[in-house]
Amino acid sequence: MTRVLELSGITKRFGHVTANEDVSLHLDRGEIVALLGENGAGKTTLMSILFGHYTADEGHVRVEGQDLPPGKSRAAIRAGVGMVHQHFALAPNLTVLDNVMTGTEPLWKLRSNRAAGRRKLVELSQTFGLKVDPDARVSELSVGECQRVEILKALYNDARILILDEPTAVLTAQEAESLFATLRQMTSNGLSLIFISHKLHEVMSASDRVVVLRHGRVVAERRTAETNKEELAELMVGRKVERPARPPATPGKVLLEGIDLSLSGKGGASLHGISFRLRAGETLGIIGVSGNGQTTLAGLVSGLYAPDGGTLLVDGQPVQVHDVPHAIAAGIGRIPEDRNAEGTIGDMATWENTVLERIWSPAFSSRGVVRRGAARAATQAIIDRYDVRGASVDGRIRLLSGGNMQKLILGRVLEAGPDILVAAQPSRGLDEGAIAGVHERLLEARGRGAGVLLISEDLDEVVALSDRICAIVNGRLSPAIPPERANAQLLGLMMAGDWTAAAAIEAEASHAV
Amino acid sequence: MSVLFDILGSVGMWEAVLRIATPLILGTLGVLLCERVGVLNLGIEGIMTFGAMIGWLTVYSGGDLWTGMVAAALGGAMFGFLHALLTVPLGLSQHVTGLGITLFASSFSYYVFRLAIPTSSSPPTVEPFRPLEVPVLSDIPFVGPVLFHQTAPTYLALVLVALLAWVLYRTPLGLAIRMAGENPHAVDAQGIDPIWLRIGTIMAGSALMGMGGAFLTLAAFNSFFPTMIQGRGWICVALVVFASWRPGRALLGALLFAFFDAFQLRLQTVVEGVPYQLFLMLPYVLSIVALIVMARRASVPQALMQPYRRGER
Repeated sequence: MTRVLELSGITKRFGHVTANEDVSLHLDRGEIVALLGENGAGKTTLMSILFGHYTADEGHVRVEGQDLPPGKSRAAIRAGVGMVHQHFALAPNLTVLDNVMTGTEPLWKLRSNRAAGRRKLVELSQTFGLKVDPDARVSELSVGECQRVEILKALYNDARILILDEPTAVLTAQEAESLFATLRQMTSNGLSLIFISHKLHEVMSASDRVVVLRHGRVVAERRTAETNKEELAELMVGRKVERPARPPATPGKVLLEGIDLSLSGKGGASLHGISFRLRAGETLGIIGVSGNGQTTLAGLVSGLYAPDGGTLLVDGQPVQVHDVPHAIAAGIGRIPEDRNAEGTIGDMATWENTVLERIWSPAFSSRGVVRRGAARAATQAIIDRYDVRGASVDGRIRLLSGGNMQKLILGRVLEAGPDILVAAQPSRGLDEGAIAGVHERLLEARGRGAGVLLISEDLDEVVALSDRICAIVNGRLSPAIPPERANAQLLGLMMAGDWTAAAAIEAEASHAV
Repeated sequence: MSVLFDILGSVGMWEAVLRIATPLILGTLGVLLCERVGVLNLGIEGIMTFGAMIGWLTVYSGGDLWTGMVAAALGGAMFGFLHALLTVPLGLSQHVTGLGITLFASSFSYYVFRLAIPTSSSPPTVEPFRPLEVPVLSDIPFVGPVLFHQTAPTYLALVLVALLAWVLYRTPLGLAIRMAGENPHAVDAQGIDPIWLRIGTIMAGSALMGMGGAFLTLAAFNSFFPTMIQGRGWICVALVVFASWRPGRALLGALLFAFFDAFQLRLQTVVEGVPYQLFLMLPYVLSIVALIVMARRASVPQALMQPYRRGER
């Protein structure tokens, strides 16, 4: 085994905060190492030091036996280190080829050799199975394709060591799977990889070795084959984490009913004749590959869109006016899919974000004037009760981590005591500890008698929390199955839209039971 | 109607179009360069004033005409550096900084001018650039005198359009500049420092603005007076949007505006009974109309007016 990369004794402080303390780790040729840790454990800082974006206070980096000068991205690139950033560093208005070629030629060259660049790009994309059109504008690409461009950028720079910062954070489950297949193939071509993650299942399935980082320190290192999810979760969080179990349901009356709902072209997809019932005290889980109408359905129930056809009944009454204030007044609480874009306004204060949804209620304003005292007190109460760490009433909300932002959103929704809760991708991008917290709150709402409409791509989550599970495919809803009968094969068939096969399997299973 | 045809058919009219367009071409290229790298430069109005003054003063104190142009370019670059310093590493508001530069550079120009020429009722003049006849080509009827009977800075401006288009679209430097205007993080990730790239590009763009100003004193009016830029800088800012940030279209826009301007000047003299202010307004009104038509499809550099700080999104 050739050692291609070695970090030793890296320490980095930002003021009083120590982001990394005496971190050492190594990478061998052809190996995939997962750097596992919760949000804020110092994973990204460590990789930024390696890539020369930050300068370490102590310690050094060695690539293929050579010391890497600190603080110079160029040196890292030359040494064969490529970084795929979590937030893509791409220019949407330029073509794929432009994006890949930037900075790869001497700046003062009189003419850029685009033909050679194109040849190299096409060749790389064939060698590594990363299909992409060199002349497409990046703004026209899907998220998965953008990531391919990011990887190609690194490969174009002749990277032999690739660092991927939370590569699956923005991918759908399918895209993630194909990404890991690609990465596997890369190692057989002699590349070595480090990927940063806080998702246990992908660490287990894709890595050879796991380095666990907690509070900026390496707390453990394991061969993936010799460990398991439970051990890793405990190492990562520092205590035993258990996702809460779902107590038996006591379904009550029908709170929300959709009859033959259809809607086209809103939220990126269409709905075609969707019917469902949601009862008090139960959770209806909706799984599916993203882009099949989940966002549209959530938007419809939340009051963002009006249906083209069909009826939505809340508490037995057909909804007349489809808008957000009416939805909120009817007792529909909403956890939006994208908490940064839809759930919060980043540059506004925490208290403003907390009360904005209900600013016209007498509790928070009277005669057109905001009751700041009451609003701030309500916010402080939520911060305390929901354990929103790092939040201050007057601080900007975008300074919060994803998990804490989600806690605040949960708090603001649940404090209003909604009868119906629409939770869209509620734990997307959160780490293990935060996910457990979100699940607990959702179960609590259900226990209190609310009907929960859970829309999620995370199958484990849906199976754990739901009383019935449907799949949404091309804007149509499959028949529901009970979670006890859910298995990978059945859920896969449901999401693929093969409902007759799914029904056959389910019938068999129910006979066996 | 025949009056209109007389105007449109006259060599003088079309010759004037290129002459009027020259400072606009230079200024527009300057703004375009700055905005392509991601920084709005509203200092242009003041930078052009300063270029006009320092170019003129250099020649007035005995320098030759090209030394004057170079002085204007350096003066522009200097104010560009100031603007870049405030907006790029410090990340201050680009609007406020730009307007500040305009106010400062305009007053500073007048101040320097008054120091050099303390008293005079009529502004002193210099011997300006004379039209250069391009051999053979200038003998072509109509086209010859229009295109090939211009001053050297006009030819230079036309060459610069092609040169800038080449740099932006055919060289690695140009790609890096465009990338910095779209996503400076991407430039940084590829090992190029976006801060220095932006500073350098803004200086180059501002040098062009200074030269655009100097054209007015060294090839058009022969003397300097403080209000001579008369909003040409602002027109350039609008022309860049009209041009969708492309050098070729910037030339087209500058020519179009200059055409309206030359046209209205001649209309003033032949049409009676209409207040001349109405004609003065014409190019601006038509520019706004053109802007509305053209700018709707324009793709704005995505990182325009966003300061870059490492590690922050």
